Amino acid sequence: MNDMVKMVVVLTLLAAASGFLLSFAEQKTAPLIEMQVLNNEQWPTLQTIFKDADNLDTLVDQRFKIDLGDDENVTIFPGVYNGEPKAVAFEAKSTGFGGPLGVMVAVNLDTDEMVAIGVTVSQETPGFGSRAKDEPDLANQFKGLGLLQSFSVKADGGDIDAITGATVTSRAVCAAVTSAGETYKSIKPEILEKVKAI
Amino acid sequence: MAKTLTQEFTKGLWQEIPPFRLVLGLCPALGVTTTVQNGVGMGLATTFVLVCANLLVSVLRKVIPAKVRIACFIVVIATFVTLVGMLMQAFTYPLYGMLGIFIPLIVVNCIVLGRAEAFAYKNPVLPSIADGLGIGLGFTMALGALGAVREVIGTGCFTVPFGPTLTILSADWYTPFAFMVQAPGAFIGLGLMLCLMNLVPSK
Repeated sequence: MNDMVKMVVVLTLLAAASGFLLSFAEQKTAPLIEMQVLNNEQWPTLQTIFKDADNLDTLVDQRFKIDLGDDENVTIFPGVYNGEPKAVAFEAKSTGFGGPLGVMVAVNLDTDEMVAIGVTVSQETPGFGSRAKDEPDLANQFKGLGLLQSFSVKADGGDIDAITGATVTSRAVCAAVTSAGETYKSIKPEILEKVKAI
Repeated sequence: MAKTLTQEFTKGLWQEIPPFRLVLGLCPALGVTTTVQNGVGMGLATTFVLVCANLLVSVLRKVIPAKVRIACFIVVIATFVTLVGMLMQAFTYPLYGMLGIFIPLIVVNCIVLGRAEAFAYKNPVLPSIADGLGIGLGFTMALGALGAVREVIGTGCFTVPFGPTLTILSADWYTPFAFMVQAPGAFIGLGLMLCLMNLVPSK
């Protein structure tokens, strides 16, 4: 009996100590990790999709967060054209062939049309799925389309030409853009409120 | 028990070097050694986990009941693996991106659990640290060596860990044998290195 108690107590204490240590480490590293993700993944894509914006140098500092509920939030990057914050960009995720796939979607606030999109995180097969990130053919098809609709590749009855040999990746990009549209629909009033301050 | 600290440390560098002598930890050895830098990075992350886990298991060896020791080891190891994952994301993000899933997988790396069970649970703190450090650095060297062979043959380049990429075999006359940086090349590279190691006596 004594043995039983000892087993339970030791394992419980060890697990609790581990939990405390990790939650402490998580708090300390979270801001650093956010900066790393920003510099390594989001910034290169932002530079491409907002290359004509007036505030390219400052848009990272002008970013703001919007709460989506369930402890989730989305970071919004505003794009200024002709002195006015006409567009915003934010990231949407889906699952590709090789793992998580992130797509940065820039949308015009007046027309709800996409300014540009770009793949941020990709672990797709080199030479096939990786072309979604490295070549503009797929991303360019979304330019100028309304964001408030659902997208699918031609094989699934949609309008998007999939990358040859990378249908799964192309579907994942469509899914990410579709989910970006849903997010955008639900938070657009808040975005409009926040960009007024810029 | 007559072994000195130095012996505990150096045995991991040659006599028991994983994965060549202790044929453990093959999954990362095959999975990440496409470049020298990836191999060394993976080795160093594993070393950190090995040293910390050995230290803690050794400190707690009188407290941990034998019946739940494996569960306790896994909790300790998983804690340090999660920690090293967070630290790598915070400070060496591109390397973390390259190693990806192999960092969380250190939890199930047999070398780490094996050292906790076979060594740290039965030995005092200092020898346990020396053992963890030796085995870890041996693993780092082995992964670096395999990475170097695969990278040089497969791409003609050599990435100095955390430094620049040097061109060793000029593209003018050398056609990269890309097979070596793909998955089957890992098996063949590792097999040939195991074979070479077996030609050399271990003692």
